[in-house]
This record gives sequence, structure tokens and C-alpha cells, in this order.
Amino acid sequence: MHGFILRRLALLVPTLAGISVAVFLMIHLVPGDPAQAMLGERANAETLAALRYEMGLDQPLYRQFGRFVSDLLHGDLGRSFRTHEKVTTEVFRRFPATFELTMAAMAFAITGGLGLGLLAAVRRGSTIDYLSMGVATAGISMPVFWLALVLILLLAVQFPLFPISGRVSSHTFIESQTGISFIDALLAGDLQAFSDVVRHLTLPAITLGTIPLAVIARMTRSSLLEVLGEDYIRTAWAKGLPRRLVLLRHAVRNAFIPTLTVIALEFGYLLGGAIITETIYAWPGIGRWLFLAVLARDFRAVQGGVLLLAILFILINLLADVLYALLDPRIRYDRR
Amino acid sequence: MKKLASTARLAALTACSVLLFGCGGGSSSGTSDTLVFGRGSDSVGLDPALETDGESFKVCDNLYETLVTYAPGSTQVIPQLAHSWSVDEAGLEWTFHLRTDVSFHDGTPFNAEAMLFSLGRQFFPDHPFHKLAAGSYQYWKDMGMDDMIADMTAPNDSTFVIQLATPNAPFLSNLGMNFCAAVSPTAVRKHGADYFKHPVGTGPFRFVEWLKDERIILARNDTYWGTAPQIGRLVFRAIQDPLVRYLELRAGSLDGMDNLSPEFLDELRADDQIKLLTQPGMNIGYLAMNMEKPPFDDVRVRMAVNHAVNKQSLVDNFYGGLAEAAKNPIPPMMWSYNDDIEPYAYDPDRARQLLAEAGLANGFETELWAMPAARPYMPQPEKIAQAIQADLAQVGIDARIVSLEWATYLDKVFKGHHDMCLLGWTGDNGDPDNFLYVLLDKLAAIKPAQNVAFYKSDELHEILVAARRETDLTHRTQMYRQAQEIIHDDAPWVPLVHATQTMAFREGVEGFQLHPTGSKWFQTTRLTPR
Repeated sequence: MHGFILRRLALLVPTLAGISVAVFLMIHLVPGDPAQAMLGERANAETLAALRYEMGLDQPLYRQFGRFVSDLLHGDLGRSFRTHEKVTTEVFRRFPATFELTMAAMAFAITGGLGLGLLAAVRRGSTIDYLSMGVATAGISMPVFWLALVLILLLAVQFPLFPISGRVSSHTFIESQTGISFIDALLAGDLQAFSDVVRHLTLPAITLGTIPLAVIARMTRSSLLEVLGEDYIRTAWAKGLPRRLVLLRHAVRNAFIPTLTVIALEFGYLLGGAIITETIYAWPGIGRWLFLAVLARDFRAVQGGVLLLAILFILINLLADVLYALLDPRIRYDRR
Repeated sequence: MKKLASTARLAALTACSVLLFGCGGGSSSGTSDTLVFGRGSDSVGLDPALETDGESFKVCDNLYETLVTYAPGSTQVIPQLAHSWSVDEAGLEWTFHLRTDVSFHDGTPFNAEAMLFSLGRQFFPDHPFHKLAAGSYQYWKDMGMDDMIADMTAPNDSTFVIQLATPNAPFLSNLGMNFCAAVSPTAVRKHGADYFKHPVGTGPFRFVEWLKDERIILARNDTYWGTAPQIGRLVFRAIQDPLVRYLELRAGSLDGMDNLSPEFLDELRADDQIKLLTQPGMNIGYLAMNMEKPPFDDVRVRMAVNHAVNKQSLVDNFYGGLAEAAKNPIPPMMWSYNDDIEPYAYDPDRARQLLAEAGLANGFETELWAMPAARPYMPQPEKIAQAIQADLAQVGIDARIVSLEWATYLDKVFKGHHDMCLLGWTGDNGDPDNFLYVLLDKLAAIKPAQNVAFYKSDELHEILVAARRETDLTHRTQMYRQAQEIIHDDAPWVPLVHATQTMAFREGVEGFQLHPTGSKWFQTTRLTPR
């Protein structure tokens, strides 16, 4: 197992090199000069030339790439043109908000998705099955911005159970230790703040978690149905094992492996930030930041941001692979 | 498995308690001396000399002060950190007499040395803080300060002297802009490239905390030299979605907001808990005709286009009525605005007649370039282009709409690739020179040009240059009035609209005044308990 993890980590190097080249080319080859975009109506020949010089845009592309790589090897992703800030600082400052939202959304998606999928599979062909798969289909097809606005209008405006937007109320102050608000509130022992954070987290988490919930529910249902048709399940029934034991120990555990792949993938996607959810709920996450960086052709921010997110995505997938082996004794990565 | 089950139970319990707590909390904007203001995005930075975006200036307005400022409701220059000033006969040496009762939020005394530091870091190439990793002093360069100024000195604590290269009247207005604000030299030395997130000024509010993309918190400066503000805390929240921002205002979690979407205006006006403030904005949205390309080298064609466009319909359909049809390049609230000018009326028949006189009775084919992105002076440029396209078709002009990515658009327009293009301008310092010289002088038509009509009038150039040198306001006013007449007769543009600035406050917020420059000063704002 250790060998497998090491090999996979070593693979990170060529993967990231490939990603760097691709991102560098993409952001430099699309039309739109970042200096021009930044200066807008005010650009004139002089200010444009000065800014292009300052940004290093007057250099040939290969030299710009060389500088990017050499800075990268020194652990420096440069400063964002748009926000004056170091790219690493920008990413690490926003990541906790995205991470918090992702965790909450995935908690909602996994609980709901597994529950619905299980119910549907066990009661195959029943009203419950149709109902839960109906919910799943609706979840996948619903536009995120629409769902977000409906949730706000219903649960924050019509019945003001939750706040409309933001991460905490304007009068709540939480000292940042981890950057993840609900943990910080708990560390500070401030239950009022904790409740405020959770209330703010609820609607965005439901919005963001609905599509993964639907995907997980469908995947759980289909893989569980497949497993339930296997010979060893028939044997288990025939042995007269209790229903609970057959389902939980023999069926669910085996059916869980494809679901785990889906969960890991969805998790990875969500960590990349959710532009629409973040925009509507004024959530200070990484998605919107990266989106604005692309629009401004702020290529240092885009290069750095994408690179860090790619590392995370790969690590999460690695984690999923390790979990397979733990769940399924037949899966072995080491050749002994 | 047992362990798993107990973990699950614990999780369920936590979830229940969360729900219980969750429904208990209240939602209000907090104590009665906190004002929460919602805007569309976060500030880029809070170093007034580095920033170029309105959201940064909105906060800087309350943290910093300048030698001179603008009178309430106008762009007339009045004293601030300088209690008085004088200029020598030649109009070159400007001496500012500074207040001696002012200190920065960090306790550093404000004096001529501090002013020399604040402006000198932008002016002197060998200043230790001239080159910053965080960016460059863009506004200083944009406003041409390097060419304008020859030297600056601080002969004693309360006297600050600026030596100009040539007499320049708009220079004084520039000194009232954010980039000329006094910054604490102590704080800049301490934080270096990171000063933009540790701002220290002399203004009525001091900086407390900045949660990026979330909120910026300011507090009352209790040692302020002027009238201390009544608000204890001023919070700027970034809420991108206009609908959500509006819902927050209605729910009472915001006390005020700006940049209202026209679609909510009717509802907002009907709500007696919300007050709407509007003021003509210091901007112009225009259609420029490229005079280097036929048939726009013929003034009859340019006049025909002016007669063909229905400006009032643009105001009604795309601005929710919150704009004014334009007839001059400068907005009506700016001094020297020439209201005697008779606008080209919407008159398709007259347009057709003019085209016929120009030998284009059958019309012609051309291109109309439209910006891809909403601008403060033009919220829906592509739709506006379509409306103008339809207007032009009425008189036989077949205009194809061209839209490109924003930076590319500007690049090509500045180089004159277009036949006709939409563009606009938001004024900086409230001086007519900042519209007329920048956008319509013949020297501004050198590519890449900001004069995108490529309008080159020697007559206008002479007046604009003379007006720059003239320090007498009455004379200058006369000159700019005449300049507007020349521009009207030559018709290089179709001046389209001046967009109105809007703001909404909940009932109970008093004393806020919109300013023509778009500055947001909260110093005089009061809160009455709800």
C-alpha cells in the first residue's frame, strides 16, 4: 500500500507539469490583454506600455513561462494583478470558506443520497422508489441559481428561518484560527456565533449539495440493485440471515464502492469552488475569485489557483483509491 | 460497526442541536450605531494611490482626506487638510497652508512632510516607495501628474509647495481626488507592499478589519479634527447578486445599498420602509463616429445619425428612467454646462434629408461596435446597440453590430478599427477638462487614442489649451461653453445619456448626501433606532 501511495504521489509531478503548461497556454492564448482590461477606458499608449512592462507582458511567451516555472520552483506563485495580493495568500485565505461549504454540502448530499438510494433499491418498483428517483432527477435537472433563489425566497424571506446571504451576521465577530467559521466558533466556545454560522451555512449547503445528492442517490440505487441480484446475496437470504444483516453487511458495503468513486469526484469538483452558489449567497470562496481572475486575464492568479486546486483534486482521488482497498479486501494495489 | 453506529448517533444529535440553536438566533443588522452598507463587490485595496476601482474608493472616501475637497452637491473645490492656498503670478507655484490640528489614525502627526511623502512616493522615481510589488500608481499617471508637476517641497511643517511645469487650472481639482490623499508615512514604512490592507489616514473613520470578499469594518475616529461622525461602526458588505442585495435591504440586514437594478425600482419606490436617493451621475455614454472613415468625414452624415437616434427611448427602455438624454459631452451638473445648446431632435425625416444632401439617399452599410460588458454609464450596451441599429435602419443606414471581448474591444477601438462605436466616460475630478480634453482634443486622437471619433479641430484645441492655463473660473466657464458649441456643430458623437447614480436606505437612516463625483461620504449620516 505504501508503495502504491508513493507511486501515485510521484505521478503528481508530471501531471502538474502538464497542467501548468496547459493553463499557461490557455490563459495567454485567449484574446484579451490583461493590461488593457485593467486600464479600461483610461488606457493610453503610455500607461499601457508602462503596465505591460511592469506585468512582464512585453517579454516573449517562452521567457514568461520560464519565469513562471522558476518562481514556482521557489514556491512563489507571484502577485495577482487584480488584487495586489500574493496568489498563495489569496488561495489559502479563500479556501477555508470553500472547504466549509463543501463539507456541509457533501454531508447533506451523502446522507440524503445514500438514504434515498437505499430506500429506492430496497423498495424497488414501489411508490417510494419512484418518488425518491423523481426527487433525484429533479435535483439533477434544477438550475442552481433557480434553486438558490427559491430557497432564499421561501426559507429566508417568506419564512425567515435562515439568513439571506453571507457567512456570518454583520454583528458577529469570530476570531479566526482555522478559517473554518464553525470550528472557530466552537473553539471560542461561542454558541451564539456557532448557531449564526450554521444558519448561514444551511441554504448554500443545500443548494450546492442537491446535484451531488441526486447523483449519489441514483448511483447507490443502481449499484445496490446489482449487488442484490448476486448469488451470494441469494445464499445469504437462503441461510435465513436477518434482513438487516444481509442488507447492511453484505449488500451495502459492496455496493458502496462505485458510490465512493462518485462521492470523491463530486467532492473534488465542489472544492474547486461554486461560482453561482458563491455569487448568490455572497460566500467568499475560491470559485468566484478564480472566475473574476479569468475575466480580468489575471493570469498569475489563474495559473496559481488552478495549480493548487489540481493538487487537491488529485489528492482526493488518491484518498478514494486508498479507501477502496480498505472497503474491499479483493482490491490490492501492491504486487507481493 | 458499533463504533460507527455511535458516531452516527452523535452526528444526528449534533444536527438536532444545530437545528434548535439555529432557529433561535435573530437576524438584525446589530447595534443602533452600526451602519451596514451593501455593494456589488469587494474593494481591491485600500491604498488610495494604488486603486482605480470605485469599490475601493468608496471605502477610502471615509478613511482618507486630501488637501482640498469638493463642496457638498457640487464639484467646486473647497479646503480640507489645507485651510488655504495661493498661487503666484505666473500660475506655477502653488503654496498650501496646512491645518496643524490633524493626526493620522496611528497617532502620526499630519504635516507637510507627510503630504510630501504621500504625493512624493508617486512623483519622485527615486522615492523608496515609488516602486511597489503590489502595483503601480496608475491614477497619478492617468491624470498626467508627472507632466504637470515640476517639483514639490515642504519648507516647514505647515507649508507645502507644488511647482508646476506649465500653468494648469484642472490641477487643483486633481488634488481633491483619492489618489492625492494623505497616507500615514509610518504605516507605509511599516507595511510596505502590504499597506493596501493596513490603511491609515486622517479621515472620520479608521480601519478595523477586512474579511476579503465578505466585509470591511470601519470605526469612528474619536480623535477626528472635524465634526466626528455619529455612526460608531461602518460595515461595507460585498453582495454580488443585485436581487439578493435588495432582499437583504428589505429584510433589514442592510441599512443601505447602491447600484440598484432598474427592475426593482418600482417595487422599491412603493415600499415606504425604503428611501431611494438619486442624483445625475458625472458620466456620459456616447456613440462615436470614426471621422477618419467615410462617410463619417461628412458632417451632414454625422448630423443625420444624431437625428436618427431616439435617446429618450433608450432612457425609458434600458435605464428604467434613471438617466437623462444627453446633448453635450459633459453632464448637466458640471460647471460650464451649456444649456443653451439646441439638441439634435429625434427626427428621422430630417436625417433622411441630410443623408440625401450628402449624396447617400439610398443609405449605406456600416458597423456599430458595442461593448460586451455593462459599464456604469451603459448597463446594457448590446441591447442599446440593437435599439440604435433599429433607429438607423429607419433612415436607411444598415449597421452591423460588432461585439468583442472587453480588452480587445478597447484595443481595437483605440486604434480606430471601428466605423461607429459605443463608449463612455466617468468623470474623475469634476473639471470639464477631464471630459473635453481627454475625449475630444486633437492631441487625444493620436493612436491608441481616447478620442475615438478621431475628431481633430484646431479651433477646439486652442480653446481647450487656453482654458487649461486660465485660472479665472468665469473665463474658463466661458471658454468651455464655447467649446461645447464647436463640438455640437461638428457632431463627432451622438451624446446618448447621462446615467443617474442611485442609492437606497432603510427608513431611519438620515443625512446621507449623494455627491456628483460619486464619492460616498458617511460622515454626516445618522441612524435613528427602528
